[in-house]
Amino acid sequence: MNFENRDIISIHDFSKQELLYILKISKLMEKNPNPNLLNNKILATLFFEPSTRTRLSFLSAMEQLGGKVMGFATAGMTSIKKGETLWDTIKMAQAYADAIVIRHPLEGSARLAAEASSKPIINAGDGANQHPTQTLLDLYTIQKVKGKLDNLHIGMLGDLKYGRTVHSLTTALSHFNPKFYFIAPQALQMPQTYLDELKEKKIKFFTTANLMKVSKKLDILYVTRIQKERFADPVEYEKYKGVYKLDTKLLPHIKKDLKIMHPLPRVDEIDKSLDDTQHAVYFEQAANGIHVRKALLSLVLGRIK
Amino acid sequence: MKKELSISAIKDGTVIDHIPSNATLKVADILDLKGIRGIISIATNLTSKTMGKKGLVKISGKDLTKEEVDKIALIAPNATVNIINNYNVKKKIKVTIPLVINKIIKCSNPNCIINNEEISTKFYVLNKDPLKVKCHYCERNMDKEDISLL
Repeated sequence: MNFENRDIISIHDFSKQELLYILKISKLMEKNPNPNLLNNKILATLFFEPSTRTRLSFLSAMEQLGGKVMGFATAGMTSIKKGETLWDTIKMAQAYADAIVIRHPLEGSARLAAEASSKPIINAGDGANQHPTQTLLDLYTIQKVKGKLDNLHIGMLGDLKYGRTVHSLTTALSHFNPKFYFIAPQALQMPQTYLDELKEKKIKFFTTANLMKVSKKLDILYVTRIQKERFADPVEYEKYKGVYKLDTKLLPHIKKDLKIMHPLPRVDEIDKSLDDTQHAVYFEQAANGIHVRKALLSLVLGRIK
Repeated sequence: MKKELSISAIKDGTVIDHIPSNATLKVADILDLKGIRGIISIATNLTSKTMGKKGLVKISGKDLTKEEVDKIALIAPNATVNIINNYNVKKKIKVTIPLVINKIIKCSNPNCIINNEEISTKFYVLNKDPLKVKCHYCERNMDKEDISLL
């Protein structure tokens, strides 16, 4: 499988075999340090929107493999302020780097960047649309903590309407015969488009606002934050913030081997008291980002084939 | 009794037939008719054996572009386009909705990059009837009621 020069834009662009191949390379990356693999390669990180984990883990992944990084962390210090289009910014950046990581508040920005660039583009989040490297690290974490991806009972809880991570993860996991439990207040439930897609693929799902109704069945519980920045109306946000707060009271109602995931940052949806239990894997999940990003960088830069 | 034509025949040009009555003016509207010097006839609520009522647009001295034919397909999926040469039908085209729609429709998502940069729109047709499309850029699905022409 050759990923050289390929853009990583949307999880929809990948087949099941391709996803499994990326996970396999991620595992190799975790085992072997490879400190010189990306010698003489330069990565541009163009973050038009703030990010902590994603940006730092791309930086760290590149430097651990011997590559160099340049870029910006906010659009404020760039020519975007002078009215430069995204197209022109990418045309310029591709001349300076071997690959480009982009995060941008507008949906479809990464796809447009890929059309402007002859160098590979990696989407690190385009508005509410896609964040494929997050999805891949989620898959990698599930595979690692459960030993498999197939036939799992997956609960997704929180903001399922606006949360891009749950949308992409639902699409990706659909290759592996899951059963989904979508747990959210009606107004923040999984959009109909995704439910229709699942119906078409004959994948079972169940929607509820009550976690206790399904908690005993779950192998994975993927918790998301109610995202203040996605609500146009602050009154709406106030209505739903803090609607789910998981703590140790949950423990008698779950399987012993249930793993709780969260893309982070969290606000108050998972209490710290759960951090030290065998169920919490969210910090390990964030750490896995580095293996997956190392794998993707090595693949698109053609150093692993 | 001799059947009388509601609108007269044209020598050279294009006749768009089998337009749903309520879409006739819309079809005329999307065609670039500025600067046409020949006769343009627009008729609606004509009696039709197959459709009950139908609309018709005749334009002397104009050939349609592929983009215009695709636009007509989105508004009037059962329309026929007749190319007229010396009063005869030279070619009859049944309009079809293409699998990929370039340039002609808007993305309804205000956060889509195409509503913020000067680039051509591109949509994939997921379903023809009822029409459902997916934006190439923001990946949002749009149903017929969300679709508007550029």
